[in-house]
Amino acid sequence: MDFFDNFLDDTHRALRDTCRRFAEKEIAPHAEEWEEACSFPRALYRKAAEAGVLGIGFPEELGGGGGGALHAVMACEGMMYGRSTGVVVGLGSLGIGLPAIIQSENPDLHERFARPVLAGEKIASLAITEPGTGSDVAGLTTRAVRDGDHYVVNGSKLFITSGVRADVLTTLVRTGEDVHGGLTFLVIEKDMPGVRVSRALKKTGWWASDTAELSFEDVRVPIANRCGEEGSGFVTLMRNFQTERLGLAAYGSATAEIAFEEARRYVKERRAFGKPISAFQVTRHKLADMATRVLAAKTLTYQIAHRMDQGDYIPTEVSMAKNVAAETAVSVTYDAVQLFGGMGYMRETWVERLSRDARLIPIGGGTQEIMKEIIAKSMGL
Amino acid sequence: MKIAVIIKQTPDTETVVKINDAGNDIVGTGVKYVMSPYCEFAVEEALRTKEKLGGEVVVVSLGPDRVLETIRTALAMGCDRAIHLKDPAYEGGDGQATAKALAAALKTVSPDIVFAGKQAIDGDQSQVAVRVAELAGLAQATIVTALEIAADGKTAKATRRSEGGGEVVELKLPALISCEKGLNEPRYASLPGIMKAKKKEVKELKPAELGLEGQVGAAGAKAKRVKLLPLAERKAGRRIEAETPEAAAAELVRLLREEAKVL
Repeated sequence: MDFFDNFLDDTHRALRDTCRRFAEKEIAPHAEEWEEACSFPRALYRKAAEAGVLGIGFPEELGGGGGGALHAVMACEGMMYGRSTGVVVGLGSLGIGLPAIIQSENPDLHERFARPVLAGEKIASLAITEPGTGSDVAGLTTRAVRDGDHYVVNGSKLFITSGVRADVLTTLVRTGEDVHGGLTFLVIEKDMPGVRVSRALKKTGWWASDTAELSFEDVRVPIANRCGEEGSGFVTLMRNFQTERLGLAAYGSATAEIAFEEARRYVKERRAFGKPISAFQVTRHKLADMATRVLAAKTLTYQIAHRMDQGDYIPTEVSMAKNVAAETAVSVTYDAVQLFGGMGYMRETWVERLSRDARLIPIGGGTQEIMKEIIAKSMGL
Repeated sequence: MKIAVIIKQTPDTETVVKINDAGNDIVGTGVKYVMSPYCEFAVEEALRTKEKLGGEVVVVSLGPDRVLETIRTALAMGCDRAIHLKDPAYEGGDGQATAKALAAALKTVSPDIVFAGKQAIDGDQSQVAVRVAELAGLAQATIVTALEIAADGKTAKATRRSEGGGEVVELKLPALISCEKGLNEPRYASLPGIMKAKKKEVKELKPAELGLEGQVGAAGAKAKRVKLLPLAERKAGRRIEAETPEAAAAELVRLLREEAKVL
């Protein structure tokens, strides 16, 4: 969509171009196959790293692509043209899996985990949610009990993006009784004895990305794998939620934009009662509404990313951007499917896939309702 | 080693172009411009040559302000600096006028090897690279699909594609290589590359600085485009109705032979 994107400079546009070209060449031709197979080749991680599109927003010194929050938004926009949100979120799981490792400022963790993940040699996941604990992370029950220079971990994690294949599991565990101060991040490695993928989960959308239920049974994790001090997990998590939620806002607005573009193209081709359906006022007004919502969501996403790049800590506004983008993604993909009619219900159309993919945005990374609680709390209510 | 690469900015292959009212050019507004795909092979080969033999890669391009974006792409891929031939006087040239300007700009670089696309995907004339080599007094190999440069940087062996086959030629450097698909797989411009490109030198040269006043662009052209012919509109498809697959196939063959005349 052409609009006045005054938050962007040449580097943002050039990066979006690079990512789009990569996605159109390396992902789009295989999108159908990989979506139906609910997986994509592991080699794509390395290919993406070599092209410089894997670790946008992560430090160059560790092999990342560099850049800030708005660059990461651009990368997401470009990569979505691979026609598979699943592949993009699969490649992108390091975006949530690595921050706790990077922020530990521990060179040993950087070398053992961040560098190989950014090189596309290893896959990273973030493991927070549990069968009994979602948005209320304070209720987390996966336990890590100190035993000499190790922790012994027991528990299970659910809905872990890339968890089936991940080598590096950045896992939030309970190391103490304090509701918030008793939480710590440990890097659990997939090949440690006692780590098991209990299930690969089947989902509404994001098919090409795998999602796991994991179980830990007496897993011995060396203290060297701890991110930061014991008890620092909650603070780290809260800080990183900003990036994750901005990422979801970017997915949401990009999903909506593509659905809008697809619908705009289709209504000019599709004819009914002797004319293209774009000639009917009901269609024209629907598209006008879709375009307006897309512009609003994108503008807010860009503005929030821009402010984060200025160093602002703005969890309330990030929550607002995520909710606007989520509602926009759901409503615009719904309208796009409606305009496609029967074709929009067929798996061969992109809008069908996008409409399923969009449904996760108001749920993942903190639900729509949790976002509203954050916003309401900031009003002093 | 001094390496130069000539690039051209062209409309994206997926852009739908419209012909202007005068009927002699395309309408520029709303067109997405990119580096001509064959020029990407040229940039990639220039960078690989530098990686193997050392030296610097200088990008040379002619065109208006908007061309700077494509020059930055080449710099983001890894080229070291650029020369932008930007002046209203350069506009409206033919292959000869453009080649004259590019050859004069190359002279300021004195390259050991020059890379170019085998053709630009807009005009499709395949003239500029060949003329540049002639005007600059360089050996040349066109439509190259494989290249080996001797370690001493004195000679090169190029594999050329020709209709249904190919040939291998040996060249003395300095030489110009026009690049064909298959020569390499062009790299992507990474974000660190994009950031670095902002600080790289892009030098603008005017016709007077090349001693070419009145000899480039429309003033220097010997041929002038008078008309652009639109693409034939695609006709609707036709459905063959027949009782049996055999009859349908027979009817299809008849139509291909008698109406489409492709058999």
